[in-house]
Amino acid sequence: MERRDRLVASPWPGRIGWAVAAALPLGFLALFFAWPVLALMATGFTDGGRVTLDALGEVFAQSRTWRVIGQTFAQAVLGTALSVVLGVPAAFVLYRLEFRGRALLRGLATVPFVLPTVVVGVAFTALLGPGAPLEWLGLDQSLAAIVLALAFFNVTVVMRTVGGFWAQLDPRPEQAARMLGASPARVWRTVTLPTLTPAIASAAALVFLFCATSFGVVLVLGGRRFSNIETEIYRLTVQFLDLRSAAVLSLVQFAIVALVLVLSSRLRGRRERSVSLHYSGRATRRPGREHWVAIAVFATTTVLLHALPIATLVWRSLRAPDGSLSLVNYAHLVVPPDGSRLGSTVFEAVGLSLRMAVMAAAIAMVLGLLTAFVVSRRPRSQRLRRLIEVFDGFLMLPLGVSAVTLGFGLLLTMHRPLGIGFDLRTSVVLIPIAQALIALPLVVRTLVPVLRGIEPRLRDAAAMLGAPPLRVLSTVDFAMIRRPIGLALGFAFATSLGEFGATAFLVRPGAQTLPVMVADLIGRQGAEHYGMALAAAVVLGVLTAGVMMVAERWRGDAAGEL
Amino acid sequence: MHAPTHTYESFEPGSALSASPKEASAARRRKAGVRSALGLAASTAVALTLVGCTPSGDSGAAGSGDASANAVTLVVHDSFPNEEFEAAASAATGYDVTVITAGDGGELTNKLVLTKGAPIADAFFGVDNVFASRIVESDVVEPHRAADLPTRAAEFAYDEVGSLTPVTLGATCINIDPAWFAEHGVAEPSGYDDLADPEYAGLTVLLDPTSSSTGASFLIGTVASFGETGFADYWSRLVENDVRIEQGWGDAYNGQFTQGGGDGTYPIVLSYSSSPAWTVSEDGESTATAALLDTCSSQVEYAGVLAGAQNPEGARAVVDYLISREFQDTIADTMYVYPVDEGAYVPGDWQRFAPMPGATNDLSPAEIGAGRESWLKTWSDATGW
Repeated sequence: MERRDRLVASPWPGRIGWAVAAALPLGFLALFFAWPVLALMATGFTDGGRVTLDALGEVFAQSRTWRVIGQTFAQAVLGTALSVVLGVPAAFVLYRLEFRGRALLRGLATVPFVLPTVVVGVAFTALLGPGAPLEWLGLDQSLAAIVLALAFFNVTVVMRTVGGFWAQLDPRPEQAARMLGASPARVWRTVTLPTLTPAIASAAALVFLFCATSFGVVLVLGGRRFSNIETEIYRLTVQFLDLRSAAVLSLVQFAIVALVLVLSSRLRGRRERSVSLHYSGRATRRPGREHWVAIAVFATTTVLLHALPIATLVWRSLRAPDGSLSLVNYAHLVVPPDGSRLGSTVFEAVGLSLRMAVMAAAIAMVLGLLTAFVVSRRPRSQRLRRLIEVFDGFLMLPLGVSAVTLGFGLLLTMHRPLGIGFDLRTSVVLIPIAQALIALPLVVRTLVPVLRGIEPRLRDAAAMLGAPPLRVLSTVDFAMIRRPIGLALGFAFATSLGEFGATAFLVRPGAQTLPVMVADLIGRQGAEHYGMALAAAVVLGVLTAGVMMVAERWRGDAAGEL
Repeated sequence: MHAPTHTYESFEPGSALSASPKEASAARRRKAGVRSALGLAASTAVALTLVGCTPSGDSGAAGSGDASANAVTLVVHDSFPNEEFEAAASAATGYDVTVITAGDGGELTNKLVLTKGAPIADAFFGVDNVFASRIVESDVVEPHRAADLPTRAAEFAYDEVGSLTPVTLGATCINIDPAWFAEHGVAEPSGYDDLADPEYAGLTVLLDPTSSSTGASFLIGTVASFGETGFADYWSRLVENDVRIEQGWGDAYNGQFTQGGGDGTYPIVLSYSSSPAWTVSEDGESTATAALLDTCSSQVEYAGVLAGAQNPEGARAVVDYLISREFQDTIADTMYVYPVDEGAYVPGDWQRFAPMPGATNDLSPAEIGAGRESWLKTWSDATGW
C-alpha cells in the first residue's frame, strides 16, 4: 500500500468514513425497525388525528397489566440467572480446556439456541408432561418448566459470548496469582471474574432480552397463566386488534430494553479495560482435577438440560405412527405419504431456509462489522462517547421489541417505502431483513468485546509508523477479529436458519422456511404429519449443528496466524 | 396459534414476489457505500454474496403494487394450497393469480383491517365466522354477489349484499377415544355437561380461545348452549374438573390425546368433526376415535373482495373461482374441511366416519362480533388464564 504522510493528512476522510460506517446500520434500523414500530405505536396513541395518552392510564389501572409485567421480570431474571450460572462453566470447559471432540461439542452446544420454540415446547412436554418419563417432578405447566426451557436456549448464548472472549485471554495473570499462593477460588474471584465481567454483562443483557420477549416457550409450556408482555401484545394485537393497549405494552418493552442496557453498560464500564488478548502461547490446558466443578456443571447441563429433551425429540422422530422404530417419518419428508397433498418436500424448505439465512447473515455481518468498529472506539470527546453508547443501545432494540409489533408495523409502512416502485409488504425480501434485525445484535455483541479489548497503543503504534487509518483498521482491528468473525457469521447464519417468530408474523409468499414448516406440520391432522414435523425439526437441528461446526473449523485454521 | 390444517408450498426464485431489479441495484449501491467507508476485503465478499443471493426475479408485480391489468393477488390464511391454486385459478380465470399468506384467521383479519386503504391484495380467503363481523364492519370489503352461488352457500351467506362469500364449512367437536373408555369401564361421555362431571375429571384437553380459532369456536359453542350468563359458570366447573388447556391444536391432539400418535394420556380432546376420518384402521372398516356430535360448532370460512383493490374485476373472478365446482372438488383433500358446495367431492371415509354434524351450537356472525371480546375476557376471569 502507498505510504502517506500522516502529518499533512486531513482528518476529514477518516471522520467521513466513521460517519458513513455508523450511518449504514442506523439507516437500516431506522427504516426497517424504528419506523414500522413507531408507526404502529402511533396508531395506538392517536384518536381521530389527535394524540391521546388516555390508554396509559387505562392499561396501567388493570391488575392484569401488572401481573404480566411481573411475570415478564420473574421469568427473565430467573432465566438469565440460570443461563449465566450454567453458561460460564460451559464456556470454561469448551474454550479453556483442551480435549478430543471439543469442536464437535461446541457445534452441538449451539443447536439448542436455534431450535424452533414449537419443537422445544414439544420436547419439554414430552419429557415433563402427563405420562412422560419426568412427570413425577411435577414441573408440567409451571414457572420452573418455563425457566428451564429459557435456559435450554440461552446457556448457549452465554457459553459462546463469554467463551469467545475467554479463549483469547492471557492466562499468565492467573498463573502468576496461583504461583503467589492464591487458591483457585480466589484466583477466580479476583483475577478471572473481573476480567470476564464485560463479556458476562454483554451476554446477560442479551439473554435477558431474549427471555423477556420469549413467545412460543411461554405459551406452549406455561399457557396463558404465565403470559408475559410479549404474549400479551400478541393477544391484544392479533386477537383483539386493541392497538392502544398494545402500544402501551410496547412502551414498557422499550423501557425494559433501556433499563437492561443501562445496567449492562454500568457493569461493563466499571470493569472494562484493555486486556491483553490474543495471547500467543497455549491458553488452553488439559482438563485436570482442579477443574472438576466446572466440568461437573457442564456435564450436568449438557446431559440433563440439553441432551435429554433433544434425545426425546430424536427418539420420537424415529417412531412410526404405529409405535414401531423406523425411518418412515424421514422418508415422508422426501416422498409425502399417500393422501397427503404436500406441495413440496423438505428439500425445498431447506433450500429456501438456506437462501434466506445467507442473505440475512450477509446483511447482519456487513452492518454488524461496521457497527462493531464504531461502537468499539473510545474517542476523547465525552459527547461522542455518549453518542456511541446511544447508538449501541439503539441496535439492541430489535431484541427487546415484540415480533408482532414489528410484523404489523411493517405492514403499515412498507407499502412502497421511500417512493420505491413496489409493495415491499408482500415481498419475500422482508424475511431476511427481519432475520438480520435479530442477528445483528448477536454479531455486534460477539465482536465488540474483542475489539474493545484491543490495546489502543497497538493502533497508535501502527499510526505512528505511518499507517493510514484504513490500514490501521485492516492490520490491527481486522486481524484481531478474524476468528470471532467466523463465529459471528456462524451465529448469524444459524440464528436466521432457526428464526421463527419474526418470520411467522410477516406476510409471506406460499413458500416456507424450515421452522415455519415444522410449526405447520405440527398443526396438521394425521399422525404421519406429526412424525414428519419431528423429523423436520431434527433435520433443522443437524443443519444448524453442521453450520456451527464449520464455523468452528474456520476459527481453528485462522488461529496459527495470530 | 396454529391453524387446524396447513399446506406448504415451495419457493420459486422467479416468482412474482421476488426482488425487482431496482432492489438489487439499491443493494449494489449500499455495497458501494460500504466499500468506500472501509476498505475491508471481507465486507466486499460478504456484500457480493448479499447481492448474489437476492432472489433474482424480473417481474416487479409484488402484491397489489405494480399490478398490470392482468395480475390478481389473493391473500389467504396458513392452511391454503398456494401454488396449486395459483396454477389452477390462473388457467380458469385468465388472470395472473398470485397467492400470499398472512397468518391464521384472526391474524389475517386484523392485517386486512390495518391495511385498509392500501390493501395488500385484491381478494382474501380464510376469514372465519368468529372474525367475519370485524372485517365487514371495518369497511374493508367490497360486496360481491357471485353468479353461481351453490345452494348451501346461500344458506351460510353473511348478509344480503354479499359482503362475504362462504367457501368452506367445518365443525369443531369434542373427540373421544372409545377404546380407552371400554378398557376403563367408564361410559363414554356424550355432551357438554359430561365434561364437567366428576366422573370425567382430568380426562379432557381443550384449547385456549385467545390463541386458537378452534378454541374460539368451542367457546362460542358453550355460549350458544349455556347462554351469555351461563357459560362462565360452565367453564368454572370445567376448570374445577381439571381440564387441561393447550395453546394449539397440535399440542392438544398430537401431544396429549390418547389416539394422537404420541404418548398422550387424555381420552377426550377438542378437535374437528372430520378428525375420525384420520384414525381409520388399516382395513378401512372402523375408526379409533369418535366425534361427540352434540358438542359441535360450525366454522365457516369466507372469501371476499377487498375495498380499494387494484384489480376489482380480477378479484371478483378469483372469488367466483373459489366457489366453482372445479375448486370446491379439491377442498376436502387439501384443506381437510367440507366444501360449501354440497355437490362437490368428499372422500368416502368422510361420509362414513366423519359426517357433518346435524345440529350445531352456533351463533350468527353478528352476535359473535358483538360479544366476542367480552366473552374472551369473561373466559379469562372464569378460568384464571
